[in-house]
Amino acid sequence: MDLIKLVEQEYIKTDLPIFKAGDRVTVHYKIKEGAKERIQLFQGDVIQRRNSGLNATFTVRKISNGVGVERIFPVHSPNIAKIEVNKIGKVRRARIFYLRELSGKAARIAEKR
Amino acid sequence: MVGIIGKKIGMTSIIDANGAKIACTLVQAEPNVISQVKTSEKEGYNALQVSAFETKEKHSNAATIGHFKKVNSNPMRYSHEFRVDSVEANAGDKIDVSIFVEGDFVDIIGTSKGKGFQGVVKRHNFGGVGPATHGQHDRQRAPGSVGSSSYPSKVFKGLRMAGRMGGKRIKNTNVLILKVMPEQNLLVIKGSITGHNGSTVVIEK
Repeated sequence: MDLIKLVEQEYIKTDLPIFKAGDRVTVHYKIKEGAKERIQLFQGDVIQRRNSGLNATFTVRKISNGVGVERIFPVHSPNIAKIEVNKIGKVRRARIFYLRELSGKAARIAEKR
Repeated sequence: MVGIIGKKIGMTSIIDANGAKIACTLVQAEPNVISQVKTSEKEGYNALQVSAFETKEKHSNAATIGHFKKVNSNPMRYSHEFRVDSVEANAGDKIDVSIFVEGDFVDIIGTSKGKGFQGVVKRHNFGGVGPATHGQHDRQRAPGSVGSSSYPSKVFKGLRMAGRMGGKRIKNTNVLILKVMPEQNLLVIKGSITGHNGSTVVIEK
């Protein structure tokens, strides 16, 4: 019996949507301001998923006011209220870092049909 | 003060109420046997000898087998003595992880990972000698002077030098217990503890 997995499984979310690099997602992230808690949205393209188990994270990239912004989220963080998959992208690799070099029309990802 | 003998499983993390990840170490401790009770009348002090890790009779000598026969147990591989103020347990009783509760601070004794023969920079946190540039060479990890000249004409004992590092008995003090899982005989301990995975550790209350 793998005891490490056993301890981790309590914190691992099972109700996650399936998404991978190239997909457009909206992350509903809980933010605590003093005593108040609100939800912030972060919409962008997933450019990588990494690690496994409780350590798994994914990176979301978006263009905000002409500046590229990347944010790394832990997949199983309790601060993520919801992950919404908006679009399934058609990409050929698991890590689409080449997007960083592209801008404008070239930085679009084709939608999978 | 009582305790338990266990095995370090490895490290992982758990998530606390604030959503923060906390690094933790897992220690598995199957129920231990109290193999001998020492009392101030007989031995001059009060203590419990606790044993763990059952082994086969063919791997034990007659003295060990006889010692564990007294408490109707198979011979065991590892024993540790815990000093107690007053003896309340009987020989042959079992001790399991439920002696600990969440939030307890414990001390953990283990053997550190052997690092081999190491220089003074790694072994004693020396800074090396001199600057890296301006024509200097071969002094970056040097120990520097080991003493004066004609007086005292010797190197003092105990001077910190290069040598074997690690593989020593280490006690981690005031370690927090995050979780007790009696079904799996498992303890979840905050942070790291000494030793490699699979090594024997003693957890003192």
